[in-house]
Amino acid sequence: MASRRVSSLLSRSLISSSSLFSLRGKDPLLNRGARRYSNLAASLEDTITPPVKVEHTQLLINGKFVDSASGKTFPTLDPRTGEVIAQVAEGDVEDVNRAVVAARKAFDQGPWPRMTAYERSKILFRFADLIEKHNDEIAALETWDNGKPYEQSANIEVPMLARVFRYYAGWADKIHGMTVPGDGSHHVQTLHEPIGVAGQIIPWNFPLLMLSWKLGPALACGNTVVLKTAEQTPLSALLVGRLLHEAGLPEGVVNIVSGFGPTAGAAIASHMDIDKVAFTGSTDVGKIILELASKSNLKAVTLELGGKSPFIVCEDADVDQAVEMAHFALFFNQGQCCCAGSRTFVHERVYDEFVEKAKARAINRAVGDPFKSGIEQGPQVDSEQFEKILKYIRHGVDSGATLQAGGDRHGSKGYYIQPTVFSDVKDDMLIAKDEIFGPVQTILKFKNLDEVIARANNSRYGLAAGVFTQNLDTANRLMRALRVGSVWINCFDVFDATIPFGGYKMSGIGREKGIYSLNNYLQVKAVVTAIKNPAWL
Amino acid sequence: MAARSRVSSLLSRSFSASSPFLSRSQGKNLNNGSRIVRRFGTSSAAEEVISPSVQVSYTKLLIDGNFVDAASGKTFPTLDPRTGEVIAHVAEGDAEDINRAVKAARKAFDEGPWPKMTAYERSRVMLRFADLVEKHSEELAALESWDNGKTYEQALTAEIPMVARLFRYYAGWADKIHGLTVPADGNYHVQTLHEPIGVAGQIIPWNFPLLMFAWKVGPALACGNTIVLKTAEQTPLTAFYVGKLFLEAGLPPGVLNMVSGFGATAGASLASHMDVDKLAFTGSTDTGKVILGLAANSNLKPVTLELGGKSPFIVFEDADIDKAVELAHFALFFNQGQCCCAGSRTYVHEKVYDEFVEKAKARALKRVVGDPFKKGIEQGPQIDSKQFEKVMKYIRSGVESNATLECGGGQVGDKGYFIQPTVFSNVKDDMLIAQDEIFGPVQSILKFSDVDEVIKRANDTRYGLAAGVFTKSLDTANRVSRALKAGTVWVNCFDVFDAAIPFGGYKMSGNGREKGIYSLNNYLQVKAVVTPLNNPAWI
Repeated sequence: MASRRVSSLLSRSLISSSSLFSLRGKDPLLNRGARRYSNLAASLEDTITPPVKVEHTQLLINGKFVDSASGKTFPTLDPRTGEVIAQVAEGDVEDVNRAVVAARKAFDQGPWPRMTAYERSKILFRFADLIEKHNDEIAALETWDNGKPYEQSANIEVPMLARVFRYYAGWADKIHGMTVPGDGSHHVQTLHEPIGVAGQIIPWNFPLLMLSWKLGPALACGNTVVLKTAEQTPLSALLVGRLLHEAGLPEGVVNIVSGFGPTAGAAIASHMDIDKVAFTGSTDVGKIILELASKSNLKAVTLELGGKSPFIVCEDADVDQAVEMAHFALFFNQGQCCCAGSRTFVHERVYDEFVEKAKARAINRAVGDPFKSGIEQGPQVDSEQFEKILKYIRHGVDSGATLQAGGDRHGSKGYYIQPTVFSDVKDDMLIAKDEIFGPVQTILKFKNLDEVIARANNSRYGLAAGVFTQNLDTANRLMRALRVGSVWINCFDVFDATIPFGGYKMSGIGREKGIYSLNNYLQVKAVVTAIKNPAWL
Repeated sequence: MAARSRVSSLLSRSFSASSPFLSRSQGKNLNNGSRIVRRFGTSSAAEEVISPSVQVSYTKLLIDGNFVDAASGKTFPTLDPRTGEVIAHVAEGDAEDINRAVKAARKAFDEGPWPKMTAYERSRVMLRFADLVEKHSEELAALESWDNGKTYEQALTAEIPMVARLFRYYAGWADKIHGLTVPADGNYHVQTLHEPIGVAGQIIPWNFPLLMFAWKVGPALACGNTIVLKTAEQTPLTAFYVGKLFLEAGLPPGVLNMVSGFGATAGASLASHMDVDKLAFTGSTDTGKVILGLAANSNLKPVTLELGGKSPFIVFEDADIDKAVELAHFALFFNQGQCCCAGSRTYVHEKVYDEFVEKAKARALKRVVGDPFKKGIEQGPQIDSKQFEKVMKYIRSGVESNATLECGGGQVGDKGYFIQPTVFSNVKDDMLIAQDEIFGPVQSILKFSDVDEVIKRANDTRYGLAAGVFTKSLDTANRVSRALKAGTVWVNCFDVFDAAIPFGGYKMSGNGREKGIYSLNNYLQVKAVVTPLNNPAWI
């Protein structure tokens, strides 16, 4: 039942749209024993062999899989065990250069921006079909490399990948410039042109979804791309890169380089022949990216960075629903979401009830091998994240927050962490300020709206917020007062392709998804022509 | 006289359809100025300095609705480019003054009243301000001319009316900023709110002080933001004057704060301020890079940049040569050549090259240089000694690199910063004068053979601000318009700057667009709001 509840939450934004997204016949009642995180043995001992082979480990440059120029490789690890899945080509400056040359050629000499928008859209539609055809294979690879539950990958993320590409395919032939009223005898028009070569650097928490948020609008608008994957999760992008070419994408339009931030990532951000860079990751790295752009060619930069998003439960909220949503808002994807509801503000009148139920829900969370049915939580992505989260948990305890549940690793192998809940958290504690990026819920108490607005906004971040209330005035007031890019009211993590996503303040610059995302990949050119004897002005 | 009225009609090119501007400029032109000052070769231009008919009333920082001294008490002199003499001593803002200004702007934003007023009320304040600008246009024009050196006629008949026009344009936007309702994939009601960003930092240049003020302040205020604006140290005076007019128009204290001062101190503290939510800068590419670096190293405020250019002006063989010569002249020499979008690489088809060069030279020789307060003057002094020296250095570089100096090349008179209208022919792409932004009255004329070649050469620059295209062929116009990597393409015209036309750069000419509907994005945050629906009648 727990697993069904999670699935319905995960697919909240999809369930009504079509049966495509409904659960694929997995038995939610399997493996009850694995559901309690205290039940170590069942969840960890028999590591399930993923039903997929790793076929692509080389860089994808100019339509071909190639070794890195240096011949170097790096291992990508299974977060369940820390063991090596595969050795992957390690891209560096020279590989980025090769990729940029290919992308530059595909842009400057065609064919991509010279194809009709309709032709570009058809390739993207065919690609979406291929994603659906290979759904289970892609999902298995994503789970293996990242550690997220296979059900989440197969039922939510990979279908969403196809959905996002169909969304952008539909945009390709709907990018309109304007004709503009002049103050005199001039005909004025604006052309919305592709920028050129886009550099894109994606994170490891949703490897393919982040790929789709970035590639979708770039390709729809006629740009070519050099994409760097996260070193933790290079595998799935290479597989869909092959599918993109199967769908008819010309060589050089999308080039994929696996590698590390300080080498391949920095080379992209500071490249003089890249016209635009889009980055998703931490705020600290975002600052470096922007600085590299400022020091090189002033390429336009969009950033989607960290968050410490408030989840505000007002006294009139449906507490059971709020508990479930707050749990989902934080623990989804092992807590590895930039928009995680990581400051749970609960009104004092319902605080004790909320904490009790949140604790019970967390203890109920099914942790274990992400390939098992019914598992809600897999391992964290790697040892670095694992150690960082445990450090924050110790910090919470040391700073006097009340540890209600969890607080330790789960099992003895891989990077599993117990679903952890802190109550009596104060705003000045590190666990209430920093982005933990793990399964650690911090519950804070508030008295009135003015106070919670001030506290919710008192953060360098401004990515998202959850608001739980039945009161229209409260909802309307908070919706405007919160300085964040997304406000989910009585819901959370609704990620439809049409909904713009991005940050206020140090959570980023620009918006992805929706009509707004197109701006990131278009230049505006004003064309003004003198006209003679105009019939109208 | 012919030259004069021609220039005026060029300046008011974008206004010619609106009668107030036209009648005013014609009125000025009907009177004859002294013919003697028209030739730059005569020394009379610089000799008799006309006293501007305006007093300098405001020299202090405008913070929280009050004119105040700098925290340090320091001042700096602002100079008359005609003579290099001091016009006035102006309060020199520094980090502490920026802090005070940000605090006032923060309060006016966070606690109101500005973003809490209705959009209609905000628009009324801006409309009243536009009326006041018109009422005081002669004082403003005189002050602008005095501080900057641009011709009084240009300031009075083109720029100040344009300032009023821009604020009316943005006043009209204030109550037309719509968010969207958005189709969802499930039972959700989705909407987007387009919210003001907060406190906007704005750093404006000296070449068009009030127009750049209007481009920046207009959209920021229309969208409900508050502002800390830094003026250029060369031209601090007019912004303070219009700041006073804004208060008269009913702008609440703290909404628009102005700090005069230098880039390395006041500018840098604005760009790196942790409580400034957005930064807009117009100036050089090198400084733009510094600004963006400061934003990256502080709070990641979004940055729009409007930077340098080396814009091609392409004359095809089928162009109307006389018109092309006149517009190419205007494209380069307008505002003493101090335009970021100056048409500073004049590419002329080989079949018409010799004729073009001859006529361009003749036109430059006829350009009337002198005291910008004199009637009929087309060109005043460069802004200051630094720019003057830089331009002279580029002229020497042109000569040394073997471009043909057709005319000009020296100083006009011996006082102030007047430079002879200078034309180089036989310029090659690899010469410094064909690559760097000179920002002065130096035209470089290059030869080309065919469309493919000129597209490639025009795009072979780190800049991408604007371009001029002269042709009668629709195919050529359409092809070149798309192929040029530039934010603005003027076809058979140049420097058309209507409020509705977006302006900004490709490549290292900048990020973002000012003016037009596009400028609003710079001052808005997008917030998505999602609510579940029970029993929706439709999705």
